[in-house]
Amino acid sequence: MSLDHATVRRIATLARIRVEETDIPRLQTELNGILGWIEQLNEVNVEGIEPLTGAAHMALKMRDDVVTDGGYPDKVLANAPDRAGAFFAVPKVVE
Amino acid sequence: MTLTDLTIAQASEGLRAGEFTAEALTLAHLHAIEALNPRLNAFITVSHAAAMDQARAADAVLARGEARSLTGIPLAIKDLFCTEGVRTTAGSNILSPFVPPYESTVTSHLLRDGAIFLGKTNMDEFAMGSSNMTSAYGPVENPWKRRQDADAVLVPGGSSGGSAAAVAARMAMGGTGTDTGGSIRQPASFCGIVGIKPTYGRCSRWGVVAFASSLDHPGPFARTVLDCAFLLGSMAGHDPKDSTSADVPVPDFPAACARGVKGLRIGVPREYRSDGMPAEIDTLWAQGVAWLRDAGAEIVDVSLPHTKYGLPTYYIVAPAEASSNLARYDGVKFGARTDGADLRDLYERTRAAGFGAEVQRRVLIGTYVLSAGYYDAYYLRAQKVRALILRDFTEAFASVDALLTPTAPSAAFAQGEKMDDPVQMYLNDLFTVPANLAGVPAISVPAGLDANGLPLGLQVLGKPFDEATVFAVGAALERAAGFEALPALRAAGRGSV
Repeated sequence: MSLDHATVRRIATLARIRVEETDIPRLQTELNGILGWIEQLNEVNVEGIEPLTGAAHMALKMRDDVVTDGGYPDKVLANAPDRAGAFFAVPKVVE
Repeated sequence: MTLTDLTIAQASEGLRAGEFTAEALTLAHLHAIEALNPRLNAFITVSHAAAMDQARAADAVLARGEARSLTGIPLAIKDLFCTEGVRTTAGSNILSPFVPPYESTVTSHLLRDGAIFLGKTNMDEFAMGSSNMTSAYGPVENPWKRRQDADAVLVPGGSSGGSAAAVAARMAMGGTGTDTGGSIRQPASFCGIVGIKPTYGRCSRWGVVAFASSLDHPGPFARTVLDCAFLLGSMAGHDPKDSTSADVPVPDFPAACARGVKGLRIGVPREYRSDGMPAEIDTLWAQGVAWLRDAGAEIVDVSLPHTKYGLPTYYIVAPAEASSNLARYDGVKFGARTDGADLRDLYERTRAAGFGAEVQRRVLIGTYVLSAGYYDAYYLRAQKVRALILRDFTEAFASVDALLTPTAPSAAFAQGEKMDDPVQMYLNDLFTVPANLAGVPAISVPAGLDANGLPLGLQVLGKPFDEATVFAVGAALERAAGFEALPALRAAGRGSV
């Protein structure tokens, strides 16, 4: 599988990263280089193997579904690039 | 006595005996940072005033006879650990304005045990790199120099290159790192120090900026195996705030260092011999085998047949998780923002300006391998190969107590080398990545020098939650190697440099 110009454009859009037209050929080469190298995994026989999602050598714990933290909007908003009162502020989305 | 040359174990004794104060010890390290950091660039932030306050508080604790395991010990903290009120950048422009309102669990454990934080160390952006060259805050210089080419500026390895360089150059007695594919062990090997990636779940990831959550492991750096044992003993422990944090007791790691290897079965995996690996690494590996045999261990030839698939598996799983974790950097809730015509334009411009080239590449790869139509071919297949890699380890550990391998396929390289092709850089992590995929503990111990006088590390891997054996074997290697070489650039002198 090799990424064409349109696919690079599509994944950049999915990833919400602005990519200039002039940068697409470079990205195409780099990403195809990486994906080409990854293709060696196709040699591995994975028939009947259960996928492994993580490295934790134990079962995840259950916990009570209760609020354990919060109640300090100023602390939460302290790092916001823009705020309006106790809210995060963004450019207008609804006309 | 040069305060900056002491080990953590020696310094703890000296502090308790009243031979010097935590204030003097901290000041000596701050002076070292002042002298060396403009060149080495190991620290992004130096917390001079806060460190001195902590030192004075430590002296009061010492005077009351209430010292804990790390009281008065000055440490370097990788800038991936959130530190309350101290800027935390993850080596990225996108987090350049970020001041965490909370403290990571690992750093809060270190503070609980009396450690002093000198500052936040440089790193590859979002821990994505093996050279520290992807940092938005400039590269770090390795304090070691090639004998033949002393002007070459070498990389400290990565991603935890700043912590490794700081500990090697005696700007800190120990430090924290994180290891997602080798980011503690490879810089430890390149800088001639010790670094351990514990078992997945041993150290909480809460408050550590996430790269690839199923692969990220916090862990310590120090100049001796015993010092790493002290640090890990403090950093470890169950944390209800991280659902993957293991609720298991933390053994006495320092005690394990004295255990020896008599009667242990040490596996030597034949697949850890790579094409083009320098002969001196092969020789050092054989030397390590001989040292352990002489110390009473039984050496066993083992096979980990899927070793070579570790890296390509990693370069699907890690970018996939990264693309998901890094979705939070959207210029809205925290971090840097670049304004746009509308909200979507704001997101896209923020992320284009805030992420460097390597981070963008990995987010794009991750987005692609998770996208509709490609998920099964890439991500699902990689998860299955990951299961096979874990099975290799489980089968090997049925007959051996630990494994011995080289840490990295080369010594430190120069800035600018391996930069043209991302895959060439990725190959650095050939021997370290499998332990992340399997979640097993692994330590790097400096064991010798290459022909150019650069340090080389050997890696010991152990069973899940058996760091104690890893420390025992690591300490045995350390005793046999008698590694005493020093980097060319380092702090010197009593309280000043």
